[in-house]
Amino acid sequence: MGLLSNTAILLGKELRTEFRSRELLTTTAVFILIVLVLFSFAINPGTEEAREFAPGLLWLAILFASSLMFQSCFLREQTNDTLSSLRLAVSDPFAIFLAKLIANTLFLLLTELLMLPFFAIFYNIPLWSKLPVLILVLFVGSLGISIAGTAISAISAQARMRELLLPLLLLPLLTPVLVVSTLVTASLLDREPIMQWKGIGFLVVFDLIFLTALWLFGEYLLEE
Amino acid sequence: MGKRIVLGAAAILLVIAAAYASFYVAPEERTMGVLQRIFYFHVSSAWAGMDAFLVCFIANLLYVWKRGQRYDWLGVASAEVGLVLTTVVLITGPIWAKPAWGIYWTWDARLTSTFVLWLLYVSYLLLRTLIEEEERRALLSALFGIFAFIDVPLVFFSIRWWRTQHPAPVIMGGPGSYLDPTMRKVLLFNVLAMHVFAAFLIVERYVLEKMRSEVDLLRREVEAQ
Repeated sequence: MGLLSNTAILLGKELRTEFRSRELLTTTAVFILIVLVLFSFAINPGTEEAREFAPGLLWLAILFASSLMFQSCFLREQTNDTLSSLRLAVSDPFAIFLAKLIANTLFLLLTELLMLPFFAIFYNIPLWSKLPVLILVLFVGSLGISIAGTAISAISAQARMRELLLPLLLLPLLTPVLVVSTLVTASLLDREPIMQWKGIGFLVVFDLIFLTALWLFGEYLLEE
Repeated sequence: MGKRIVLGAAAILLVIAAAYASFYVAPEERTMGVLQRIFYFHVSSAWAGMDAFLVCFIANLLYVWKRGQRYDWLGVASAEVGLVLTTVVLITGPIWAKPAWGIYWTWDARLTSTFVLWLLYVSYLLLRTLIEEEERRALLSALFGIFAFIDVPLVFFSIRWWRTQHPAPVIMGGPGSYLDPTMRKVLLFNVLAMHVFAAFLIVERYVLEKMRSEVDLLRREVEAQ
């Protein structure tokens, strides 16, 4: 069986597990909502400056939410003791990572889309006309978060204090994604919106570099 | 043992000579005066720290590839030394910045990325404390070290999008960068001294880690009996 068919089957498994309970999606969506409300106390949301801060707040909320969401990614396999059978089932362990990171990207993107209307209303930002490009930014950004997050959650699942360790390892690693996604989103939501293609290009490069690293080193992350 | 003493003596003598050169040989800078002399220490620490992280990266790769315990020891030794040197950079920077810029810290590109770099290696060392089993700790921390190191250029590049306030590089910088010839010699001498000093620290830390690992092994053997 090839890498792609393996990945497709595993991805189906990830999606089925999640959509049976929808635990991750609902908790992450509520978490983002809480963060968006709490941010309104840190800055005065009615002012003009709030519009400048808003993209950063959105991406910070996504980043924090992702570091919670990825906790269960490999932990679920560990508590159910299914990781070794997964490894035996596939010819290339990269398929496990590929399936998990695609699933993570989809879950993250779905919660983001759920939260966007609230974000637009709370911070008084008209998004409708920019939605297609905004989704592009959200996609390349979330893909980067998911690639690095899937790799790191495989590491943290094997350590003590894993709940604290995952954000500790992941968040500094994701600095480039936060910086560039915020910048691109901010210039997109500006009074005179411009599309920072250079930023999109950078995010794609980030995604490709970490995907390559995961492809090269992924199998060692799952060693017994 | 003998080699380690020679290296230690050389490192200490070189650091003393480099300090002497920065205070008495290098000419006084026109606008900043004596304050500028911290630059020799600051830049050489940054340089040696980056190279220590490079050594750590190579050791991490070698561990994943060859699985020798010594690569793990080298990894932790160079990461710790790099972290100490980067801490020196982050302390000497604000000491210089307060009189020169009027503030201790500014969220300038190079300051911010050095800080993120520092955080990445703090995480690397923290990860090591949270995995008990020796081989698993070595492998997983090596993999995180690899991810962290390939992240470093991305961090630097992405933060460069912000406006930078840090003085432009004077060595290998673009056009317009200039450094007095004596100052350049003093700086390069400082860089050399700091590298020898870093090598000395890495070797010592490596030996310490090796001993710790041997003690661990002996203790487990005793407990098994």
